[in-house]
Amino acid sequence: MSLPVPLTRAADLRPDVDVTADTPVRLATFGVTAWYGANAGVRDVTLSFPVGTVTALIGPSGCGKSTFLRTLNRMHELIPDTSVGGQVLLDGNDVYEKGVNPINVRRSIGMVFQKPTPFPTLSIADNVAAGLVVGPKMSKGQRQDIIERALRRAALWDEVKDRLGASALALSGGQQQRLCIARTLAPEPEVILLDEPTASLDPAGTARIEDLVHELKKDMTVVIVTHNMQQAARVSDVTAFFYLGELIEAGPTSQMFTNPGNARTEAYVTGRFG
Amino acid sequence: MARSRGRQIFGALMTGATYGAAALAILPLAAILTMLIVKGAGSLDWDFFTKTAVPLGESGGGFKHAVMGTLIIVGIACAIGVPIGIGAGIYLAEFGSRKLGRAVRFVADTLNGVPSIVIGIFAWTWIVRPVGRFSALAGGIALAAILAPIVARTTEEMVRLVPNSLREAALALGYPRWRTSLTVVVRTAGAGIITGCLVAIARVAGETAPLLFTALGNQFLSTDIRGPMASLPRQIYDYATGPYEEWHRQAWAGALVLILMVLTLGIVSRIVTRRTRRAVRGGA
Repeated sequence: MSLPVPLTRAADLRPDVDVTADTPVRLATFGVTAWYGANAGVRDVTLSFPVGTVTALIGPSGCGKSTFLRTLNRMHELIPDTSVGGQVLLDGNDVYEKGVNPINVRRSIGMVFQKPTPFPTLSIADNVAAGLVVGPKMSKGQRQDIIERALRRAALWDEVKDRLGASALALSGGQQQRLCIARTLAPEPEVILLDEPTASLDPAGTARIEDLVHELKKDMTVVIVTHNMQQAARVSDVTAFFYLGELIEAGPTSQMFTNPGNARTEAYVTGRFG
Repeated sequence: MARSRGRQIFGALMTGATYGAAALAILPLAAILTMLIVKGAGSLDWDFFTKTAVPLGESGGGFKHAVMGTLIIVGIACAIGVPIGIGAGIYLAEFGSRKLGRAVRFVADTLNGVPSIVIGIFAWTWIVRPVGRFSALAGGIALAAILAPIVARTTEEMVRLVPNSLREAALALGYPRWRTSLTVVVRTAGAGIITGCLVAIARVAGETAPLLFTALGNQFLSTDIRGPMASLPRQIYDYATGPYEEWHRQAWAGALVLILMVLTLGIVSRIVTRRTRRAVRGGA
């Protein structure tokens, strides 16, 4: 099967981590356009997400960064009257190809939302295991192991190990968000999408999530939408700047914040608009 | 100073008026309960629940057949009406924005407003007459026709209260749409849906008119749902309009039992509602 090569290759992005031309691109988009009825919320975005990197999507409100994020795991199409054009390649396969089940796409590409969304009727453990219900059958022991591993990776295990059966609502906002990250990690997705994950958290909670993002990128591909430019600078290797539904510029984070190639990027990152 | 005093007096008067209105609203319930207890509690004894009606001229006897009948008929109504109502409610809330949804909602609202005697006649025309006999089953179906639209509308409202972010969270985990609705959404709205069902059951348990032409009534204990069956409201009606003192006393006792059943359902539903609110709010 011949696949179109995304215009922005891993090597072109020169992220701040050790990425060579050989670093595999886990996720890539090719001319993605996201429609709301007849309006394109995102136009013709081509971008690569190499393995082991964190990509920050930044831009003013309404620039399409969240919409673009939602096209990656086929969440955009859940809104009535929407459609997506172009290609999203996960390990080289188009997730929008005919016959691809969006459910499998979403199991491979996990997502965490702006507000913590624990299932209110489920316990902490059952919340973490919620995504396993739709996966392959497993024994109780396996399930237990996965819950513990996911909670450890989300840096929540020590705080909840003695009350796994308690309601998820008993946790603080920051803990709930880490619980949601654990829930997303449990089915072991290859990619994790974070849609402004710290927007509703206090500085301490924000710091914990940012530390977590550093840990996660060791074995996953992370894409994070953020309004907070300091956050983008702190956590990401690659930054992509969106404006009015278009990808203006993408590149290594250090370069994007110190010496961007585009005047609009510079105006935005220096706080002159947005 | 004088003006502020005037405002205070006016405020106190209006507050007093709202208290008065509240008291007036409670008054009928208090009056009914008191009267039923005064007139009915005396005849409420073990026999009332363990014996059936006695032949004319004999004294004693009880309402066992009517209590059993009401439980069976309401049970049939629940078995038929609750699943249909909950299913329709979920459909309306989750998928019902299309044309069919609007039509279903309109039908449910209309059905909610149809006088119960009309439902009874309807059940008689379509079930009793073709089958050729009165039956508890026909009564249950008639009550289900009242129950289902109430359950559907309350279920719809409860399911709508579930924040959309929870649906998205489930879908993002790879849940299919139907599974999201049936597990995450329904479980979160669960207590509210149960409340809606309890309120609807309380409403139909006291219905008399739909049973007049369907379950008919029976002076004997019967558990055969294919035949006529007694029910509390019907038995109260018969005994209250009968010529004997003892019948009247038993009718009062029956009315007391009926209203206590309804009151219990109401109280349970209040407790459950309080729990749902907590769950839904916490999840938002």
